[in-house]
Amino acid sequence: MTPALFLQHLANALALGSLYALIAIGYTMVYGILRLINFAHGDVFMLGAYVAFYGAALFLLPWWASFAIAIAVTALLGVLLERVAYRPLRDSPRISVMISAIGASFLIENVAVVLFGGRPKGVTVPDVMNVRLQLGPVAVMSVSVVIPIFTFAILALLLWVVGKTKTGMAMRAVSTDLDAARLQAIDVNRIISFTFGSGSLLAAFGGILWSYKYPQLNPLMGVMPGLKCFIAAVVGGIGNIQGAVLGGFMLGIIELMAIAFLPTLTGYRDAFAFVLLIVVLLVKPSGLLGTGHAEKV
Amino acid sequence: MIVHRRHLLYSLAAGAVLAAFLFVADTWFDAFTLRVLNLCAIYVVLALSLNLVNGFTGLFSLGHAGFMAVGAYTSALLTMTPEQKEVNFFLEPIAPWLAHLHLPFLPALVAAGLVAALLGFLLGAPVLRLKDDYLAIATLGFAEIIRVVLTNTQNITNGALGLKGLPAFASTWVVWGCAALSAAFMAFLVRSSYGRALKAVRDDEIAAGAMGIDVFRVKVVSFTASSFMAGVGGALLGHVLTTIDPKMFTFMLTFSILLIVVLGGIGSITGSIAGAIGVTILMELLRFLDGPIDLGVVQLEARPGLRMVVFSILLMAVVLFRQRGLMGNREFSWSLFSRAGLWPRSGRGKHGLA
Repeated sequence: MTPALFLQHLANALALGSLYALIAIGYTMVYGILRLINFAHGDVFMLGAYVAFYGAALFLLPWWASFAIAIAVTALLGVLLERVAYRPLRDSPRISVMISAIGASFLIENVAVVLFGGRPKGVTVPDVMNVRLQLGPVAVMSVSVVIPIFTFAILALLLWVVGKTKTGMAMRAVSTDLDAARLQAIDVNRIISFTFGSGSLLAAFGGILWSYKYPQLNPLMGVMPGLKCFIAAVVGGIGNIQGAVLGGFMLGIIELMAIAFLPTLTGYRDAFAFVLLIVVLLVKPSGLLGTGHAEKV
Repeated sequence: MIVHRRHLLYSLAAGAVLAAFLFVADTWFDAFTLRVLNLCAIYVVLALSLNLVNGFTGLFSLGHAGFMAVGAYTSALLTMTPEQKEVNFFLEPIAPWLAHLHLPFLPALVAAGLVAALLGFLLGAPVLRLKDDYLAIATLGFAEIIRVVLTNTQNITNGALGLKGLPAFASTWVVWGCAALSAAFMAFLVRSSYGRALKAVRDDEIAAGAMGIDVFRVKVVSFTASSFMAGVGGALLGHVLTTIDPKMFTFMLTFSILLIVVLGGIGSITGSIAGAIGVTILMELLRFLDGPIDLGVVQLEARPGLRMVVFSILLMAVVLFRQRGLMGNREFSWSLFSRAGLWPRSGRGKHGLA
């Protein structure tokens, strides 16, 4: 493999990794607060991409307007999802909540099949995202440069919100101990809604950028990325935002590099994430940047 | 004792009625109805298998489709004749050691269960150290890995093309026999001291450990037994449908079994049985939703997928409003009737699978 080809693969891996990271952040935020795998997160991702697509294709909005609308709609959907599927089960056994999450995911997928049809749709990529850039020996589409920049901007913003603002402090309090947080007069429901809203917003960002990079939509497009990004979040240490980003990048790089170096493994691509997950869980169950929880008796 | 004897008689009578019904069905029902009936039995096996780990041992596993796939492929490859294999493998010839391997149906079915169980054991040993969602995700990931491997080992599994023309061995008597055996096995297991150990681990792992139960061993045994049943169920499914391919064994399949277990009641054998039969029939009854619908006043054009929407809403409704499913973790017993006043009161009939 020539250095130029290696850099080319690396550029692609970074773009994919940052998409994974964007989605993984949503998982990690929700899990950090509610200790809940939001199985429907991958489907929220899919919805974001579809809403943006319809905005641009059906209502002929400029791409940035449909982008903005899609993000707003998806964030609201995330909040709604929490209200309907998760809030009534807040004090139920975890298995019920998890089944509810799987049910919600299934429902969104099937509603999408009915509404949008099962056939894949081609996306028109906005011109800005489709410029061919020559960076030394590496040629990339502008969208592949936009995505990582964007991911890091979001990461910085999020770290600021969680670390420095009052809402962020409340979020940390809720994630440490929900009942104690309530006793401190924190509006727990508002914080949880906020978390779901911002997590879904990031999923929508991820979905739209994904559809610009791989311009095809189908109602089940969120399933595999959803699972993989949850894995990325677990690998990085769930509940930890930097961990999710680390996990996302790791996964993107491992996936693409394994295929680049060992083309015979191409068919096994979807299995890498799961192998990585099982290995990491066995070595360090709390994830790379995670801190273990003591077992309460 | 008289009560128990009477309940035993009721049970025998019920068994006879069921056998007679199966005979009638097998002789006179049309092929489609019979297939639905047989699918019910297979889902009974699968639901019991999942309930054993999820309901009775409290391990949240989402890897069942993987074990089913392994069972289905094992049995298919063992029962297909060398000629059938040659017809199937046109993209790449089958591995020589497999080409002439041939077994009758029953040994193949047992082999399917054993291979799945072995895999369950090998997986269980490392991942059962994990808990809750981590275990769920690890088992789910494992099932996905199996699917990916099946898709890519062209000279063993015929890859994405799948296997066609499996011998249709799974007759009504075979599938319902397996369902009855699974139910009997579960009933005996749950009442045995090992069954109490399972429930103890489910209810409080730490306390169970303190009582001298080897928690890890109990978990591994339960997981392995469950994998065995899932492997058999998968093999039966293959022989009813007579065609298998890796796409059948996605997460959706695990999900539908999970749905049956939840609807029936996590930790209830009779609940799983009722759930499996109810859900399988309901899925067929709802099929009209995918076609054009005539509401008298309005005519709706065909919307494929609507059936699954209704189905998902049903599931959500159950989880949200009747969390414990149909049976909770109770079992059906004949004394339920007398307690409900439908039956003459017959003393202190206690719980138990009648």
